[in-house]
Amino acid sequence: MPYPTDRKYTKEHEWLQVHGNTATVGITDYAQESLGDIVFVETPKVGAELTAGKTFGTVESVKAVSDLFAPASGTVTEVNADLATSPEKVNKDAHGSWMVKMTLKNPGELNALLSAADYEKFVAEEAGH
Amino acid sequence: MSSVQAPAIRKTALNAVHRQMGAKMVEFNGWDMPVEYPASIGGGIISEHMAVRTGVGIFDVSHMGDIRLAGPQALAAVQHISMNDASKLAIGQAQYSALLYPQGTFVDDVIVHRLAEDEYLLVINAGTREKDFNWVRDNTRQFDCAVENLSDDFTQIAIQGPKGVNLLQKLTDTDLSKVKFYWVTRGKLCGLPNILMGRTGYTAEDGFEIYVPADEATSARVWNEVLTAGKEFGVVPCGLGARNTLRLEGKLPLYGHEISDTINVWEACLDRFCKMEKPEFIGRDDLEKAKAAGIKRTLVGLEMTERGIARDEYKVQDESGREIGYVTSGSPSPFLKKNVALAYVPVEHSAVGTKVKVEIRGQGVGAVVMPTPFYKRPKK
Repeated sequence: MPYPTDRKYTKEHEWLQVHGNTATVGITDYAQESLGDIVFVETPKVGAELTAGKTFGTVESVKAVSDLFAPASGTVTEVNADLATSPEKVNKDAHGSWMVKMTLKNPGELNALLSAADYEKFVAEEAGH
Repeated sequence: MSSVQAPAIRKTALNAVHRQMGAKMVEFNGWDMPVEYPASIGGGIISEHMAVRTGVGIFDVSHMGDIRLAGPQALAAVQHISMNDASKLAIGQAQYSALLYPQGTFVDDVIVHRLAEDEYLLVINAGTREKDFNWVRDNTRQFDCAVENLSDDFTQIAIQGPKGVNLLQKLTDTDLSKVKFYWVTRGKLCGLPNILMGRTGYTAEDGFEIYVPADEATSARVWNEVLTAGKEFGVVPCGLGARNTLRLEGKLPLYGHEISDTINVWEACLDRFCKMEKPEFIGRDDLEKAKAAGIKRTLVGLEMTERGIARDEYKVQDESGREIGYVTSGSPSPFLKKNVALAYVPVEHSAVGTKVKVEIRGQGVGAVVMPTPFYKRPKK
């Protein structure tokens, strides 16, 4: 699976796409594949403050419960309400099914995130462990 | 006796086949087992689950254990260690039962098959294999009856779903239409002589479980022949994920969840499999006392009425938020498309329609007590 190079990744399997001072956040294809059939997505409300590395929501598959970890700090400006009723869209297109949009409080934090190539290497190791 | 050391993870004879098929593998009770198969071959827990409800799915359940009791006093031995009445079994018949501690709590639940006049086969859970065998051996010493652990002798494949009988019929010349639910037969299967085939399962659906020799080549050949024969019925290989959601819809207990060494028969609502009219069996005296003393908690079905999924071990609260019990198994129900759970609650909160809450990530989320089982297969 080639990971889009227009965004950055975390070791917790989120992706973040920057647009100026704001960013869009979702989970990676590897994450949806590991979880299996996704049946529940819980995101914070607009206005919620996110802190890099802290949980900000939950994704559940039939079998598993998984926390969402904020890739960066900032304020939620929009949530993808579609996922509340159609969570399976994350399985079909994880990189197109964003979860929240947010402002970026400290763009310097982005330097800690992985490039597509580094993330791909990371999941290859995790899958092969 | 074997020495005490951390056991290596165990593999069934079909392990390589599962990996080759791209199954997602997990550790379950010390076994490396498929949890689900890839979507590209019809897998994924929801698809696998629906295949069993509407067509046919096959499961490797070789991690289950098998104990054979044979000898002149085999029936007396089985009667002593199990709560159901094995004297009611005709040759070729099977029954759901349980092995109990003297306190009336569970060593394990089992299926007792009567294979011959003086021969019984107990099919037991993976996580309790050694415990069960030791328990059976130690508690049957006074009987003229040999106890054998056959757990490693069989590859057990479950062929489950309304089309299961049609699939299996293609591979055997034994007339399976004559085998009723919870009966077993023997016959030629995939060219192998004298194969045990039981019309049993753990999916709340019609189906069979077959017991073939546990060598890898034979196991793989039979598995693949079953898949090939099932193509016309849309057969799907199924993992432990679907096995769990299927049995949950049918309210079939899972050891360590709905039943355990701290839960008794009355609490688990398994009364109809516990024959108190039998004069003696291990656990009977304490069960009689427990019934006289009154049951305090009971197993109920819950359906979430607010957004959220109850999971194993989540707390159950009354409407005011006071903790009253806990979830034993909780999951989305793929067939009903609702979020359901089994839970222990005090008897006074167990009536159908009682509103409760399930604590999910610190929040009380609304649920209601539902009639169980959640799913009952349509009678033909």
